[in-house]
Amino acid sequence: MSKLLVSTTVNGDAQEFLCDPGATLLEALREQLGLTGSKEGCGSGDCGACTVVLDGNMVCSCLVLAAEAEGRQVATIEGVAEGSMLHPVQQKFLEHGALQCGFCTPGFIVAAKALLDHNPAPSESEVRYWLAGNLCRCTGYDKIVRAVMDAAAQLRQERMPA
Amino acid sequence: MNAPSDQKTFRLVGTRPIRPDGIEKVTGKAIYGPDFVAPGMLHGAVLRSPHPHARIRGIDTRRAEALAGVKAVVTGADFPGGAEGTVAGGETPTDLKYASIKCMARDKVFFEGHAVAAVAATSAAVAEEALKLIAVDYEVLPHVTDIEEALRPGGPILHDDVFTQGLAETPTTPSNASLRFAMTRGDAEQALGAAVEVYTGRFTLQPVHQGYIEPHACVASWQADGQGQIWCSTQGHFSVRAMTAGILGMSIASIRVMPLEIGGGFGGKTTVYLEPVAMLLSRKAGRPVRLAMQRGDIFRASGPAPGAVIDIRLGALADGTLSGADIEFKYNGGGLPGAYEVYSGVMSTLSCYRVPDANVVGWNVLTNMPTVHAYRAPGAPQTYFAVECAIDELARRLGIDPIDMRLRNVLRPGDTDGRGMTLGAIGYAETLEATKAHPHYAAPLGPNQGRGIACGSWGNYGGPSTAAVSLAEDGSILVTEGNPDIGGSRAAMAMMAAETLGIAYEKVRVTVADTSSIGYSMGTGGSRTTFATGMAVVQAAEAVIEIMKQRAAQMLGADAAGIEWRDGAAVLGEQRLSIAEIAAKSGMTGGPISAEAAIHPGGFLPGFGAHICDLEIDPETGHTTVVRYTALQDVGRAIHPDYVEGQIQGGAVQGIGWALNEAYVYDREGHLDNAGFLDYRMPVASDMPMIEAVMIEVPNPDHPYGVKGVGETPIVPPLAAVANAVRDATGLRIGDLPLSPDRIYARLQAAE
Ligand code: FES
Ligand code: FES
Repeated sequence: MSKLLVSTTVNGDAQEFLCDPGATLLEALREQLGLTGSKEGCGSGDCGACTVVLDGNMVCSCLVLAAEAEGRQVATIEGVAEGSMLHPVQQKFLEHGALQCGFCTPGFIVAAKALLDHNPAPSESEVRYWLAGNLCRCTGYDKIVRAVMDAAAQLRQERMPA
Repeated sequence: MNAPSDQKTFRLVGTRPIRPDGIEKVTGKAIYGPDFVAPGMLHGAVLRSPHPHARIRGIDTRRAEALAGVKAVVTGADFPGGAEGTVAGGETPTDLKYASIKCMARDKVFFEGHAVAAVAATSAAVAEEALKLIAVDYEVLPHVTDIEEALRPGGPILHDDVFTQGLAETPTTPSNASLRFAMTRGDAEQALGAAVEVYTGRFTLQPVHQGYIEPHACVASWQADGQGQIWCSTQGHFSVRAMTAGILGMSIASIRVMPLEIGGGFGGKTTVYLEPVAMLLSRKAGRPVRLAMQRGDIFRASGPAPGAVIDIRLGALADGTLSGADIEFKYNGGGLPGAYEVYSGVMSTLSCYRVPDANVVGWNVLTNMPTVHAYRAPGAPQTYFAVECAIDELARRLGIDPIDMRLRNVLRPGDTDGRGMTLGAIGYAETLEATKAHPHYAAPLGPNQGRGIACGSWGNYGGPSTAAVSLAEDGSILVTEGNPDIGGSRAAMAMMAAETLGIAYEKVRVTVADTSSIGYSMGTGGSRTTFATGMAVVQAAEAVIEIMKQRAAQMLGADAAGIEWRDGAAVLGEQRLSIAEIAAKSGMTGGPISAEAAIHPGGFLPGFGAHICDLEIDPETGHTTVVRYTALQDVGRAIHPDYVEGQIQGGAVQGIGWALNEAYVYDREGHLDNAGFLDYRMPVASDMPMIEAVMIEVPNPDHPYGVKGVGETPIVPPLAAVANAVRDATGLRIGDLPLSPDRIYARLQAAE
């Protein structure tokens, strides 16, 4: 079976890669582009460790074919910080100790940022339901939810007209 | 909330700085097990048995070997025979013979998913293709996955050469009961006969998985000179080294294991499944080989915690004194002998209460499911579930507050625990008093709600650790240790080093070194790392201080005995030499400054937790929602409170999952029906309330900063806390886990 050439945009940069027709976007990101920040916890859409944003929509990259990225915008954990400036969600994860092993963390951060991009003032239960597709086995979610709520508060403050 | 019994204050211990490895982990840069790539690496894949129990008549790999791109195929025949002895593998030793068979079946498969062959090829797709070309000739055998069925005479026997250990007389017929272990003190029967109330009950639990999100993965590289390298994520890279060497007949020093970041373990990553296989493939192929498990393989073929059947009789006097206990439990050990949960289960069953007359018997029962492996406080949550439910019932019958009942029986300093250790500065009673005083305990409950209390304890451990502290040329500090950082331990090590040296936290960099770059360190497990490795770091830092005092004396032309170490500097009267100044001159005062501590400390103390669970039950569906949860724990002293609270919260939620949802479900054919995260339902964020973690600080006098292990205790109380809350809400004592909606609904219907 011959490979497909895919031209896409990842974190703002034009990228091209060759992939098998059956390859997932997660495989292409990790194996072809060397972006191993997106993790595979299950490969079946159940853990959220592979969460990326595709044309503005949060998706499990293990459920998207690599070929589907053709001509589209992919945003991954590697693009969340601006240069060496952490995004408030990342900063708050650190300040709240919201990671233990950190394996679920990229998926949570991409998902939480996607939430706050849509909804600057989520309630605790909105945060919990938005993040219900992301599994964390270490933290019991308490500090993750607090970090996201705190990041939302900080972003609201930053966005307030001076 | 926190009431340290000694008022020593610290500059850094007890503060919450950002962990040193944090930025890498929030930006996706950290390299975990599945992320590592070696130049020229091949991709491996493992063929696994579709049968839970079968004899392997033969394996034909010729067609796979002939496939273009396939560089190596291995089967059980490639493993050297005769691997024997045990290796310290974390909390429990590992039997090499069975560790080897667990990696690759020989003449029999013992569970669905048991590895039978492996392939290395130029791509993952070719490797998968090659697996389809391997022909395995199986003679399918009758199987058994249930504990009681496995003990029924005439049923399938897994191993012809396993005879029950621990019986008075050595048996002559093989048995699935591989081990009996008992603890007896006093006269349980007499005490139960004299008790005012005796609760008699049976409790059952299903196997549950550790559920780490990172799959097992490794890269192994064998060289023609017989040296090997392994990159993997593990709780203990020294035991990966020893197990791989032992299984393959290599010398330990010829293998170097590089620990990658680890994405959760909870005890489950204290063994090897892949590394020896990858090493054999690499030896055949002459190139590095990556092996990784898929999630389904992880459920089917890596160690869950044992399911259990527990019979208990617990007696109490009118004042609530627990007077006698008779407990017999059977753990589902899975396909291969060697599980140690029965030992720890027996020793921890009554480990936090004085019960003068007790008889505790545990059995390990082999069945056709994956061989169980350590899961957070291995062996303890199951028996505590039975004991804490029984205490709840006795407290109800006697009309005693459940916390008062426990306070009456709980161990105090000077008492002896289930392992026969006399305990020093334990804070069990303090924790219970704080639980009683917590506003949660007095808060009103809503309709259909109930409240449960339960306790739990775990013995903790010390174990061997090595750490080195050295000065860089500018006086910044390097700490090198051998324990993978699974939940913030680099931060704790840096804090303890900086506290000891009297310098800023940011001046210290911590490296988790590979097996050739630091001395032996037992794995990250047993709630030992902050305690034992932390102690090694402190001792190495103290040794470095001594060296720096001598160097300062030379620089000042004074006697070292007159020099004091204060706030990160050598001080003599008005004169002061900073670490940077001492480091800058080290070339002229005797060379580089560094020290290592290699220790095996005693002095560890057990952990104790008390949990309060409020839940609400929907009578229409039997669905349970945890509405409030508070977990109190004697933590010794918290070095970095965020990561101590995190352990308590995470352990509590794992325990809640065990109580409410999680279970291995086998179908009649012995196939695991729920080998994925969709059907093996672990708690998600929307299932849980905030988990209030309350740290009770009763410092351990045998640790320089008062540390007690914290990681394992918090999974022990939740099973009974949840079940006792269900009892409170419904009046039903349900002794079978999980307390799933269908089970609760059926019991509610039956009760009507
Ligand atoms: S790896 Fe994609 S959801 Fe788990
Ligand atoms: S921090 Fe380990 S899985 Fe979330």
